[in-house]
This record gives sequence, C-alpha cells and structure tokens, in this order.
Amino acid sequence: MSTSSVSKGCFVFKPSSKKRRILSPTADYFSQGKNDSEDSDLRFATCQLLWKQINSETEKIQEELNKQLFDNLIRFLRQSHSEFQTKKTEWMCRMKSSEIPTAALVLGVNVTDHEVTFKSLSEVLQDNVTPYVISLQAKECPGIKHLLQKLMGQLMDCCVDLDSSEEEECVNISQKKIRCSMASLSKWYESVTKKTGSETPSKKRTSSSRHWQSPPIVVIFKDMESFTTKVLQDFIIISSQHIHEFPLVLIFGIATSPMIIHRLLPHSVSSLLCIELFQSLSCKEHLATVIDKLLLTTQFPFKLSEKVLQVLINIFLYHDFSVQNFIKGFQLSIVEHFYSQPLSVLCCQLLEAKKRVNSLPHNQCENIRSLPSFRRYVESQVSEKQIALLTEDSFLKEVTQTLLEDLHIYHENYFTVLRCLHVFTTSLPKYPLGKQIRELHCACLGKRVWETEEYESAVQLLRMLAKDELVAILQKCAEIFISSSGKQFSNTVEKLEEFLARFQNLEAETNEVQDVSVSSQKELQKKTDLYHLQKTLLALKESKRSKKLTKFEMLRFEVVDFIDSLVRSYLAPAEMQTLNEVVYFNTANTLREHLNAAPRIALHTALNNPYCYLKNQTLKSDVGCISNTAPDICIVYKLHLECGRLINLVDWLEAFSTVVTAVEGTDPDSVATDQVDEIIHARFIRAVSELELLGFIKPSKQKTDHVARLTWGGC
Amino acid sequence: MSQLELKRNKVLEARFVADEDVLKHISDNGGVKVRKDKAQLALNVKRFVKTLENISDDDEAQEILKEQNYVAVLGACAEDSLRNGPSAGGGEIYSFQTPKRSGKMAELASELAQTPGKNVTFESSQYPEKPASTPQSSKKYSASNKAQLKSKNNEFVSTTPYRLRKRLTAPSLRSDSESDYSASCSEEEEEDKDHKETSDVILDRKTPSKTRAAPASKKTPAKKLKEEMTSNLVEEYFEAHSSSKVLTSDRTLQKLQKRKLDQQTLLVLLNKAPPAFTAELKELNQQHESLFSKWMLQLHLGFSIVLYGLGSKRDLLEKFRTSLLQDSVHLVVNGFFPSITVRSILNSITEEVLDHVGTFRSPLDQLDLIMKRFKEDSSLELYLLIHNLDSKMLRGDKSQQILAQLASLPNIHLIASIDHINAPLMWDQAKQSLYNWLWYETTTFSPYLEETSYENSLLVQQSGSLALSSLTHVLHSLTPNARGIFRLLAQYHLENKDNPSYPGLSFQDFYQRCREAFLVNSDLTLRAQLTEFRDHKLIRTKRGTDGVEYLLIPVDNGTLTDFLEKEDEDM
Repeated sequence: MSTSSVSKGCFVFKPSSKKRRILSPTADYFSQGKNDSEDSDLRFATCQLLWKQINSETEKIQEELNKQLFDNLIRFLRQSHSEFQTKKTEWMCRMKSSEIPTAALVLGVNVTDHEVTFKSLSEVLQDNVTPYVISLQAKECPGIKHLLQKLMGQLMDCCVDLDSSEEEECVNISQKKIRCSMASLSKWYESVTKKTGSETPSKKRTSSSRHWQSPPIVVIFKDMESFTTKVLQDFIIISSQHIHEFPLVLIFGIATSPMIIHRLLPHSVSSLLCIELFQSLSCKEHLATVIDKLLLTTQFPFKLSEKVLQVLINIFLYHDFSVQNFIKGFQLSIVEHFYSQPLSVLCCQLLEAKKRVNSLPHNQCENIRSLPSFRRYVESQVSEKQIALLTEDSFLKEVTQTLLEDLHIYHENYFTVLRCLHVFTTSLPKYPLGKQIRELHCACLGKRVWETEEYESAVQLLRMLAKDELVAILQKCAEIFISSSGKQFSNTVEKLEEFLARFQNLEAETNEVQDVSVSSQKELQKKTDLYHLQKTLLALKESKRSKKLTKFEMLRFEVVDFIDSLVRSYLAPAEMQTLNEVVYFNTANTLREHLNAAPRIALHTALNNPYCYLKNQTLKSDVGCISNTAPDICIVYKLHLECGRLINLVDWLEAFSTVVTAVEGTDPDSVATDQVDEIIHARFIRAVSELELLGFIKPSKQKTDHVARLTWGGC
Repeated sequence: MSQLELKRNKVLEARFVADEDVLKHISDNGGVKVRKDKAQLALNVKRFVKTLENISDDDEAQEILKEQNYVAVLGACAEDSLRNGPSAGGGEIYSFQTPKRSGKMAELASELAQTPGKNVTFESSQYPEKPASTPQSSKKYSASNKAQLKSKNNEFVSTTPYRLRKRLTAPSLRSDSESDYSASCSEEEEEDKDHKETSDVILDRKTPSKTRAAPASKKTPAKKLKEEMTSNLVEEYFEAHSSSKVLTSDRTLQKLQKRKLDQQTLLVLLNKAPPAFTAELKELNQQHESLFSKWMLQLHLGFSIVLYGLGSKRDLLEKFRTSLLQDSVHLVVNGFFPSITVRSILNSITEEVLDHVGTFRSPLDQLDLIMKRFKEDSSLELYLLIHNLDSKMLRGDKSQQILAQLASLPNIHLIASIDHINAPLMWDQAKQSLYNWLWYETTTFSPYLEETSYENSLLVQQSGSLALSSLTHVLHSLTPNARGIFRLLAQYHLENKDNPSYPGLSFQDFYQRCREAFLVNSDLTLRAQLTEFRDHKLIRTKRGTDGVEYLLIPVDNGTLTDFLEKEDEDM
C-alpha cells in the first residue's frame, strides 16, 4: 500500500492479527544491526537493570528533596482546614471568610521538571490529606466552562477511587452530564461528606483514617502563567462565593515570580485570596544532589567521562535548567555505552563482573586486548608477561579480574579524596578550581589536575589559610575519610588527627615566640653605646630578612604538602586507568548530536559545502565557493545569496542555466539567448520550490515574477 | 584569540566594541574562518577586557571559568564533528541581511560557470545577462553607500579582484542595460526609465561609472571607510528595509516566452535530467539505513526520533517502515499534504487503530480517550511516522501540543522529519520534554518530489490538467440543463477574454440569458444551481461597485477553451 495520495494524508497499517507479534522484544533491536553482537542479551539486561536502579534512585532523591516543601504545604492545608472547621459554626466568621486559602508554589523556570513535582505532590496529598485533589492545566481550560467541567470530572473520579461501592451512582451522575456549576459542586460535596459521616464506624476507619474529616478540595493550577486572566478571575470570584459551603484550597504553580499573581489578577480578585508563598528547591541544588548521588559514588558502576559530563552540564546550564533532561541525557549515555561498547558487559558490580570475566568468549578477550588503555598496560609489563597477556586467554582473564578490582579501588579512593579536596578548594577566594564539586570532578577527570595552573594557584592560596580555617577544614576532611568505606585511609586519618593535635599544641608555643620578640624589643630600649646599637639593629634586620618560619607556618606547609601528595596519588585522571573504557562512556559527540542538535547548521553546511556529505572530488572547492557541479539546490541557494530582499526569477533562472550549461559543456552559442533548455527550466523549478519548502524564500506579490528572501546575510 | 591580541589597541581605543565589530575584524583579517558563534567572540572580548583591568571579583572569575569550559566544549565540537564543517559559522547564518548589488547573481553565475570542475572556456560577451549586470554593479559601487561598501567583502571581490577588474574593463558592455532595472514600488514601475534617470541617488554617479575604472579605484578608500563605520548590524537591517524600493530587473517570465509547466510535464522533464552523484547518495543512504535498528531500540526506550538535514527523508522513512514496521500497527502521516489536520490524525487513531465508534466534541476529548485507552492496555502499540512535522498545517501551537502529548505516551512511538530552517522554534521546553526528542542528522540530498508536488509552486502552472479533469468530472455528474448553464457562462467569459475591465456576468443578465435558452424557469433554480457550482469552486461571485453580483469562472482561458472544445466533441 502506498503512502502517497491526493485525497488523504493519514494511512493506518494494521497487520493481520495472526501475523502481529505479541510483544516485540526490545532486546532484539539491541542486538540487531551489530556485527559484534557479543553477549548482547546480557548487555541489554545489565543496561536495563542499571537504568532501573538509577531511575529509582533519582526518584528517591526527588522525593527527599521535596519532602520539606510538601510538609510545609500539608501544614498549610491543615491550618486553613482547621479554620474552616471552627468557623463553620460561626455565622459572623463565615461572612468574613470569603477568602480562599491559596498556596503559591514557586517552582523556577525549569518547566519540564514541574510535572514530576506535581505528580508526587498530588500523590502525597491524596495519601495524607484529602482524596479530592484536582490538577488543572492551562491548555485544558480555555474557558471557565471547561475548567468547571474538568474539575467536576476529576472530582467524580476521585469519588470513585474513594469508595468503590458507590461507583455506579457516580458513573450515573457523570453520565447525566450534570450542569457543571459551583452550586452542584457544593451539593455534591455535602452529599459526599454526609455519606462518609453516616457510614458504619468500621468503614469509616478504613476510608477516612488517612484523610481528615470533611477533607478540603485542593485545586492545583499547574501552570498559572499560561491561564487566561479571565478564566482565573471568574473561577476565583465564583468559588469565593461558595467558600463557606465547602473547604477549597488553591495551589498555584508558578514558574517565574510571585509577582505574576498580581499582574494576572486585579486587586479586587487577588484580595479574595489568602496567599502563602512556598519556594521549591532550586534546580541547581537538585542537580548537585543528583550528581552527588549518581556520579560521585561507587554504587553504580557506570561512569561518565569528562567531556560527556561537560556536555550534559552545559545543556543544563545554558539551555534549560532541567534536571529531568539531565537524567534523560544520562539515560541516553547509558544506552549508547552498552550499545556501542561490547565490553560493557563487564560494567556491573565488581563481584558479578569478576564472574563474567571468567566466562568471556575468545573474541571478547581480543576486544580487551585492543583497548588502548590495556595496550598501554601491556607495554609497561616485562616481555614474558606481555606474551602471556597477548596469547593466553586464561591468564588475561586473571589479570583482567585484578585490573577490574584495581579500577574499583581507584574509584573508591578517588571519590573520597575528591570530596576532601573540594572541602579545601571551596574555602578559597575566587574558587580557582570551581565552586561546585562537579567542576572539580571535571577538572580531575580530564587531565592531571596537579599540572594545571588553577591547581597551582589553589595550592598557593591554601598556603595562606588562617589557622582556624585550616583546622575546621582538616576536621571535615577527617570526617570524610572516616565515613568512607576504604580501609587504606586509616593512615591518612591518623595523620590528619596528628596534624590537628599539633595545631592544638601550637597555642602554647606561639606565646613563647612572642616573648622572644618582646625581649629583643626590650633590649633595644636598654642604654647602650653606638656600636652596640648598630650591631643589635643589624642583627635584628638580619633576623627579619631571613625570617624563620613560625611553627604554624611550617605545619601549614606540611599539611598542604600532605594534601598535595594525596591528590597526586589518588586523583589521577580516569583515562589513565587500565580498562577505563569498560565503565566510562566517552563519545560526547554522539550525545551532543542527539540532544543538542543544530539543524540549521547542518542545512547550511549541506547547501554551502556539499562535499561534506557527498565525497566526490568534483565537489571539492575553496571556502565560500561552490563547485558548479554541485546539486541544483546548492547552486540555486548560492545564487540567491547574492540577492537582496527580492529576487527576480528570470535573472535567477538565467544565472542558473549559465552555470548548468557550463557544466554540461555545451557551447553557449548553440543555446538561443532567451530560450532556456526545458530540462534546466524544470530543474530550476524544482530547486526553487525546494528552497521554498525549506523556508529560504516565499512568493512575493510586490513585483511580478519575484520572490522574497526570508533569511539575512549571505556567503 | 590571536587575532584578538592583534586588535588589542583597537579594543582599547574604541571603548565600546560591538560583538559584530569584532567578528568583522576577525573575518576581515582573513586568517581563520570564524567558526564559533558570536557568543564566544563576545566572551573573548569580555575575558580580554577583564584581564586587562585586572578585575578580581569572585563571581566574575567564576563565570569566566564556566564560560571557558563551555567554549572548550564548543571548540571540541568544532574539532571532532567534521560534519558541521568549518563553513558553518553561526555568524554567517544568523547575521542580518546586507544590501546587495543586484547584478551580483549573474556575476556569481558566470564565476561559478568558470570554476574548475569542468574545463569551460569563458567569455563574458557570450552571456546575455552578463553585460546587463556589470554596469549596474559598478554603478552601485561608486554610490559609496557605506553599508553597500561594507557588504562587498564577500569572497568574490576580495579573493579575486583581478578577475573582477578584468571583467569590468571588458569591452563588451552594452549601455542600454540599466533600463532593465527599476524600483519595485508599483506606481513607479510604469515610468521607471525616466524616473530612474532623475530621482535615484545612485544614478547621480551613473555616467562616471561607465568609465569602468571607477570601481577599481574605489577599493582603497572603501577599506579605510570600513574601520570608521559603526557597522551596527541592526541598523543595517532597518536600512535595508527602510525603503520599499528594491532594485531588481524588470524582466518577467512572460518575456522569456516560457510556457508554464504543469506538474506532469515537470515530472517528465525531471526524469529526463541525468541523476548526479548516485554512488555518493547511495552511500549516504546506507549510512542512515544502518541506524534503523538503533532507532527502533531508542523508540522502545521512550525516546522520539526527529530527522533533520537537507534532502527528502520520505524515502528513508518509507524504507524504515517497510523493513521494520511490517508486523506492527503503524500510522503514516504526510505532513506535507495540504489539508492534513491534527483532527484527521486523531480520527485515524481512534477510528482505525482503536476501532472506536462515535464522535468527539473537541480534539482534547479525543486525545483524552486515546491516552486513556493506551494507558489501560499496555499491549497496544502504535508507531507514528510523520513526514514533515513542520508543515504549514501541523506547525501550529495547538497541533504540536496534541502531537507532543501523543508522543509522550510510552506505547506510542513517534518518528518524524523536519525540513524548515526554523522548525525547532515550534517547540518550547515543555513540548520538547513531552516529545523527548533524539535528533538524527540524515542529509540525503534527494529531491523533495512528493513534498513539493502539492505546494502552490511559483513556477508551476496551478490550475492546469487538474482543473480541466475536475471540470469535466463535475459537469458530467450534472443534469444537461446545469451543463448548459455553465456553458453559457463559459462562452460569455471567453467572449470577454480580451476585455481587461470585464467584471464578470451579472446575475440578472445571466438569468435573462438562461431563461432565453430555456434552461431555468425561476431565479431560485438558477441560484440553487449556482450554489452547486460554487461548492465545486467552478465559479466565484464578486460584488461590483454598484452592488450587483457578478459571476466569474476562476479558470484560465486556455483550460476553458479546451473544456468547451471537449464538450463540443462529446455532444
């Protein structure tokens, strides 16, 4: 069946039911189209498992980060609710309280992350506060009617959820398409609360133990900014009339600033709201936590190389501030890694990996041998061992196991020392090595950090730290080392504690030093002859010039040197580690191409320099020029760049035919001057309409046979 | 950066330097092609200035560090992606338009005709448009409009000045050529010749320009001028658009005596044209095809795939479909189809995929149902292939929103293609995250045959064979009387074809004629008949200045004559 037709644009293809596969396994596609499909099933399973773990971890992080916010929100709901409870009886208060309690939730500009937050928010509320949680989006509510419909619809669903025995009745109601108004809403609320109130005690316990009595109706406006003013105003005014009949609480999701409420709503309306502001965690902190929990840990075997991490962080910082997208990029890199690297089968927990090494087939061993890092390792060995490594699979496997273990230990040490170094560098002015740990991490991953200028200046600054600062930092470091799982740091901890003790002892010694200087001062004041005075002054000067380092300074140098030695021994770049290719994903380019593509540049390149794509020698040309044998569209494009706002089609056509006829080698004389070859004409028409499709030109009515250019600039 | 160091003095003098200036300086110096975007250039200046003044503010230092990182990655991009080769500088693509000399295109054409590749002997006198362009260009040159002077630093002039000079002094200039040019202001078009002689500023210098030495001598002062010029690109933009006058030649296709081609002949002719670079194109396609299983994998993992790059991606997607999707439910949407709507896409999903009977009040309701059904039944799976997601009919915000929500369903897998240069502007952050795009560059260089065939192309005769066939089809289904009515109108139309102020046939006149021919007996029957015609777009009504209703046939005369002849044959 063809998919081109002049009468319709949609074509559905349904395979006959017997031919249809029950569920096409994704794993098939993982192994398909790859000639080196070693262990692809196992790799895919590992990949899926890893992703599942990481995903659940991110969800957990999100939950923890939101906990504070949600607690505050629930407290707010409870408070407004209790007011409703108490005021219900008092007629006077009821008159006054036409204000709707409202929570303004400032979530930041990373709109893409909001969805997750709202989802977990409504879950939390439904679990703890009230079954009646309604989320509304601007695009669903173009008018107040739609809004109320949506609201009622969702409430009916809530009702079904709450009590399945009443399902039928509720369905009846919704089927009748009741007139959606606030009056019917309050009636419905009354009936529902009465029902739950009059139920048998046993039932009541199950249903309303989680919820409060007469639970509030919570309406969440997910994207407050995109709602039309009219709809919001109407809704608020109407519901404020009914606020005494049922407890209503609004939650506004705000991406910009709380000011928007006052900009959207006139004073008369906003005065009907009793707004309390809630601020969600900033996306930067969220990212920091995610990086901390996902990347700077040995919990997950998969690692990102420096460039990949840079790409992801740059997309975050310069494009969207979206943690969700960061995680998506992380997911993509996992998939890419497992898809493209056959040895990624070893990218799992250490014990499992060791087992897998034993069962590696021969071609995988060859894969190991061809890894650049492994080759480096082999070259550093003695010749007999080299031969053994390159020829005996069993020996190779043994070595691989130890190397994997080394890699694991390297990571353990790396992260501990990294955190320790981070404690040091964050206290420095100007943050030569970056404020965030991720910057430090990138710096260390990429190259030998101790060879960089930034590190040098950082060390210089460290040598100038004050004592109390230094002590505080050392204490933090000691804590980090103690909490780390690595056992090899017991010496380090001891050393650090020794340093701390020596700093304590310094107190007394400094007093002595001061005594000495005071005594020398006193000496000067003594009566003496000129010769002696000169002598003492000279001596003083001398001592000042080659001023002996105080004990504190000596100690400080020692501490800095110690940290420096730690950095040098543990923060070696990951690329230097043998077998790092197994766990590090480093094709940053693919990631950027897929996540942060530049379609305009691709188009521009294809049009300007077709040689980039079509590797034909005749297309090779200098920068800015184009060969006349290039595809028609390239020539037409190049010609149109020479024109201003309007392009005369005749001129264009003639210019085009000049170029094309020259290529064909026909004698220009033989072609009649005003008669262009039909085929060339047709080719020109095609190229021009293609340019129109691409959005470079459009037809213009300004002058006959002219088109208007839509892009600016040229060559 | 090295260039920047060279420019150190200038930066200090100028006190304020626009990014564009720096860009210009660098590109003038000619060394490296400016590769990175303007943002980076701005950054370079910023960093440079900062180091000069030794600002040691913490935050700024921090910022610099970050920016350096970003730039480093961008730079890496330049190095390792050969595809986005060196010619694709951001500044080039996104810069504003600078006024061009109108004869430039013809010049470049002959230039291109001459480029190596094939050995062609080039003599400028043999090209008819050549002399037409040269005096014009030199004239403009001497006008010494600053902006225009600046615009001249394109390759042609700067790299091959010798050739230009040679050509400019070529003996074969025809001085009558400037009458071909005029401003596009419609009222001026009629009397363009004398008007131009007198009013145009450019023409003040016209006579000296014929000495042909002028442009060459102008070159040096132009260089100097360039440095003084406050070349604000924004100003240039408005300058280019301030006057409605655009100088282009007045020639029209009619003068060329070129008959408009219709779609069919166009196709026939194009088939005759020899295909170029078949081997290379095949290789490109094979590269893309090797990605098929990867696409499937990623579609299954919840990503959507969008293909971009020059060339029709229809064949590629078709191949993807036929090779991998034969055993699963899939929906192909031709976005380029002129009357495609989101509604029709949703309808085909509900009616044909979900076998749902019933109508919906709004697309949103329909979408709700689809989402509900797909969420309930996890065994339901649908592949959605959309050719040209950026087509005119689908690019609206609402359509994109709905499609994005469809794409966000875990068991709907979307793979789409985009072609328009500004296509990514359709999506904001929210939509992008719903779509969850993975971008794939698939430059195929294959012609957009299917995609442009529906388009109201500029040069293709629109109401050609299609209109004739539709005319005959519609009329064959009508009563003889109705056919007679239409004939009457058509004949009257053809009688008046030479009358330029023919307003159409007034309804009363028409009624009278029909009565006389015994075709209708009341004006109500005629009206009913006309309504039917109008529904089939056979006629158009127009109210004249006197309030009378006039009837017109919106078909060109040639087709109408053909039609009448054919009718006569049938009778």
